[in-house]
Order: sequence, then structure tokens, then C-alpha cells
Amino acid sequence: MEHYLNLAVKAIFVENIALAFFLGMCSFLAVSKRVSTALGLGLAVIFVLTVTVPMNNLVYVYALKPGALAWVSPALASKDLSFLGFLTFIGTIAALTQIVEMTLDRFAPALYAALGIFLPLIAVNCAILGASLWMMERNYNLAESAVFGFGSGVGWALAIVALAGIRERLRYSNPPEGLRGLGLTFIIVGLMAIGFMAFAGVQL
Amino acid sequence: MQGSVGYNLGFAAAVCFVCAIVVSTSAVSLADRQDRNAALDKQNNVLVAAGLATDDEALGAVEVARRFEPITQVIVETTTGDVSDGVELTAFDQRAASIDVARSRPAPDNSARIMRIPHQALVYEIRDEAGALEMAVLPIEGLGLWGTLYGFVALEGDLRTIRGLTFYEHKETPGLGGEVDNPRWKGLWIGRLAFDDDLTPVIAVVKGTAGPVSDAPYEVDGLSGATITSRGVTNLLQFWLGPDGFGPYLTRLRDEGGAL
Amino acid sequence: MSKSREALIDPLFNNNPIALQVLGICSALAVTTKMDTALVMSAAVIFVLLFSNLFISVLRNQIPTSIRIIVQLVIIASLVIVVDEVLKAYLFDISKQLSVFVGLIITNCIIMGRAEAYAMQNPPGMSVIDGLGNGLGYGVILAGTAVLRELFGSGSLFSVQLLPLVSEGGWYTPNGLMVLSPGAFFIIGFFIWGIRTWKPEQVEQD
Repeated sequence: MEHYLNLAVKAIFVENIALAFFLGMCSFLAVSKRVSTALGLGLAVIFVLTVTVPMNNLVYVYALKPGALAWVSPALASKDLSFLGFLTFIGTIAALTQIVEMTLDRFAPALYAALGIFLPLIAVNCAILGASLWMMERNYNLAESAVFGFGSGVGWALAIVALAGIRERLRYSNPPEGLRGLGLTFIIVGLMAIGFMAFAGVQL
Repeated sequence: MQGSVGYNLGFAAAVCFVCAIVVSTSAVSLADRQDRNAALDKQNNVLVAAGLATDDEALGAVEVARRFEPITQVIVETTTGDVSDGVELTAFDQRAASIDVARSRPAPDNSARIMRIPHQALVYEIRDEAGALEMAVLPIEGLGLWGTLYGFVALEGDLRTIRGLTFYEHKETPGLGGEVDNPRWKGLWIGRLAFDDDLTPVIAVVKGTAGPVSDAPYEVDGLSGATITSRGVTNLLQFWLGPDGFGPYLTRLRDEGGAL
Repeated sequence: MSKSREALIDPLFNNNPIALQVLGICSALAVTTKMDTALVMSAAVIFVLLFSNLFISVLRNQIPTSIRIIVQLVIIASLVIVVDEVLKAYLFDISKQLSVFVGLIITNCIIMGRAEAYAMQNPPGMSVIDGLGNGLGYGVILAGTAVLRELFGSGSLFSVQLLPLVSEGGWYTPNGLMVLSPGAFFIIGFFIWGIRTWKPEQVEQD
């Protein structure tokens, strides 16, 4: 149990996927102008990450990993398909977001109205693919993948909501012309990243 | 025609087919080279720890193979320290074994925060013509500040003196904890004693400067600004050299040396 | 200026994918601690961008609209796998340092963005040039960031020590902030400031 808690804390704070690994930056910068939209996207990312990372873990363990096909037939035990990882992961992610979108539309229209527009955006968000690739590289098991996916999502959501909060206030400031907008946002993200570095070495 | 279900399916199938051919051709045709690279990289790390190569040298495959010549790879049982047979050397992946429930056991509570110990471990030995041990290179790993440090420690034939230490993979802060890569710092380890007279692993990274080997045989300079990394290195070394790590293996080698 | 020259030069400064279009930033930040990783990464992106634009442009009249995104993704992902395999085989050290960031080229928005916005409407020749131009625009920012980060962060360029470090007996105390992630954000922020001061028409009005 402690192990999983530790993993979650690490994914949320210490190795924050947005501020320490720069993943999902495009939407991180583009959709952080208002807190409400940032929160919507953040929730969608948490949701999709929690579903796709364990899902991709299953795909990896039972289809791609060296020797993973042994359950189909022993003759396939020596096959290593891990080079197909990129392709299958992105496929799983695209398909899952599509399914999630349709399911939400049918059964939870209110939630769909809130998250709907963000879901297609998420399919090409590198935070999602990045988390799956990390799962593969770090050899997480199914439970660890779920915790890691969830933790990464929460970390990302936390970062984007915080940034949006700051940017809402920034509208009242008066920076130099050239710095307005994107330039200033980058510098603020840098300062936030320094803040998050304080979590380094946190262990439960 | 275009836009019909059949066309869409056919188009998708054609794209998949072409891409599949391109991808598998490249993967299959380059697989050998990649495996060779990975093996070479690992051997090179062992050579660096053993002081047979330096970090800056870009050794070719031939040169690595030549310098690796005197080194024998041995898979040992971590519980007994005996040589294990029945495990194929080429397929052995210690890191995969460490997280495989069937091939590892939970580690007792330890300050290096090592979770599991593999049943088998791959060590490297150099012996002289008479078969007496000249050097043993042991794989080590443990938690630093940001993540796990992976490396090797090389011990002289007396199994007390350190021949070299290197970390080939870590995530420590560049300039602070990342200085574990600094050749000058790594040089400080050479000649220090890993064990005291009772054969307890006492080697430690201390705060500040430790002084020359003669004054502080069991201590190495701390990395300034990197207390947690320094402590991590101490913990992981004491763990792997201790009874839960390679203790049984080292004991066997010592007994064997006495018998010779 | 001829149309093809414009397609090549324009993305370098006037319409830079990173600085103005806000695309493909993820990898721009993570791989720029050293010159060699930055250059290899740029080369990989240029390669993928060039060929994905080419193939998608060739197929542009055949690709059914309903499945176009997934077809583009499959083509891009296949190209990325090829690049990854080649890097692992021939530039093992660098591919180890780039780790998952090679794979993340798939979701690099520059590539999808150019495929969707340019290659789907234009003939192959122009699309290739557009791919090259945008790839170079990406490379310029990457290389610029990496020069600053490596020089001030580790006192070296291409791993050749230019400023002798204090720890080696020299005079230069490396600026640790540069090699850490916040350093990258600051540098790109200042880059954007620089470009927009030089070309004021890019300033955002809000």
C-alpha cells in the first residue's frame, strides 16, 4: 500500500509530468487562459490517463513484451514486438478517447458538455502517450500503471489549474509588448517548475 | 466510390499493410545491431568500474571485446553466493528479474529503499592464471534524490579495497547530485576500504572532505549540495555489500581464497 | 519571393512553429540540455515531418475524410518507429538519452498540424518544402536553446569543454539552473520576447 501511495505522490509532485518532463505543453499553454476551461481539460486528462495507462499496460504485457505471446502458442514465446509500442499505444489512446466521448455523449450529457470539446484534443496530447511510454520503460505492473496514470493526471491537472489562476491575474498587469502572452507564460511556467522542485526527494 | 464503407476499409487496410511492412523490415533488420549496442554499452560500464576504460573513451566493439577478454561473467545465487547453473547468460536480465515475483524476493527493510532482491545476480570476475581472484565487479542500485542510481562497484582481489565505482544511469540534479559522474569524485574511491576489520561494510560518503586514503580509509568526500544523493550512495553500497546483498557471495569468495 | 522559398523561409522566424504557432514545445524543452541530443532530435523531427508531409500529400485525394486523422497518425507513427529503430542501431548513446522523447514525436503537434493544415491541401513538392521549413524552424529554436543551456549549464558545447569548470580547477562556476527544466522555460520565454520585439506584428493582443 505504502508503495502505491509513494508512487502516486511521486507522479503528482516530484515528477510532475508537465513541469518536470514538459509533457502536454501545447494544450498546457493554449488552454490555460481561464481556470474553468483549465479545470475541464485537467479532469479529462486525469480520466483518460487513468484509463489508458493500465489499458496499454495490458496490451504491452499480453501482446508486445518479449515473450508476451507465449499464452497464444509456445512457438511465439521468442517473439519481441515491443517496437510496435508507439503504434499500438497511440491507437489504443485514440480509440479509447473516441469511445469515452461517445459513451459520455449518450449517458452523461452534462459531463459531455463540460469535457466533450477537450476529448479529441487529448488524443494527441503528449502527456497521455508519454505516460504510457514511461509505463513501458519503467516496467510497471497493472496496479502500478493505474496509480501512475492517475497520479500523472492529477499532477498535470494541478499544474494547468494553477497556471490558469496566475494567468487570469496577469491580465491586469502591464508587461513589455513583446513579452505579452506566450513569452510571459513561459517564464511563469519556469518559476512554477522551480517551485515544484522543492518536492524533490519527498518520500513517504 | 470514395466515402463508401468498403473504400474506407480497403484504404485503411492498405495503409496498415504498407506501414506494417516498413516498420517490421526496419525493426527486424536492425535488431542485431541494437542488441549488440546494448550488450556493448553494458560491457563498457563494467570496464569503466573496473578501471579498464575511462568515460571519455569511445571504444569500438573490437576494443571493448579485447579489454573484456579477461573478465568472466558469473551468475550467482544471492542467498547462498554459489554459482547458479541453469540460467542462460545471454538471456539474463537482472533488472527484469528484480521486479519479477517469481525470480526475486522482497528485501528486508533497508535504508537504501531497495524493494526486491533478485534470486540471481550477474557479477564479473577477473582471475589470474592460477585461478585466484583479482577483481570482482558487482552491480549496485539504490535510491538517490530523484530516482534510482544504477551502477557497478569493483573490488580488488582482497575483497576489501575498492577498485572503482561508476553509475551508468541516474536522474540526479546536474551539477549537484549529478556530480556522481565526475571523474575526479569517482577517482576518490580508488583504494578506499569497503569493509572494516570485522568485514562489516562501513564505507560511507561523508559531509565535507574526507582526506587522503591513509587518513580516512572508510570515507569519501561528500558531494557538495547533494546530501541526499551522498546518503543514497552510502546506503546502497552498504546494502549490496552487506548480508542481504552480495554478503554470501563475498563470503564464499573469501573462503575460497583461504583454501587456495 | 517565390512561393517555394517563402514556404521554406517563412517558418524560420516569421511563423515559427514553436514561437508563434505554439506547437511541438514538449520535446523542445526536454532534449535541449546538450547540443548533440538537440541536433539529433531536430534531425529526427525534420525527417519525420518531411516524409509525413510527402506521403500525406501524395495520398491527399485518396484519404477518406472520416478516417483521415487515424490514417495520418498511422503514417506518422510508422515513420517515428523507423527513426527510433535507426537511432537505437546507429546512435545508441544519444537514443538512450532521448529515451521516450523520440516516441513523443508522434504527438508532436507540429507534425500533425502541418499534415492537417498544409499537406492535405497542397501538392507533394510544396509539402516537402513546407515540412523542411517547419522542421528547420523547430531546429533553430532547439539549437539556440541548447547552445545557451549547454554553454552556461555545463560550460561546454558538443561535450567539448569550452569554459574550464571550477570543479576541474578552472574559473567557471556552471549555472545549474540552465540544465534544469525551469532554465529551458526561461530561455524560450526570452527567445519569444526577442523575436516579438524584432517583429512587433507577432505581439498578442488580448
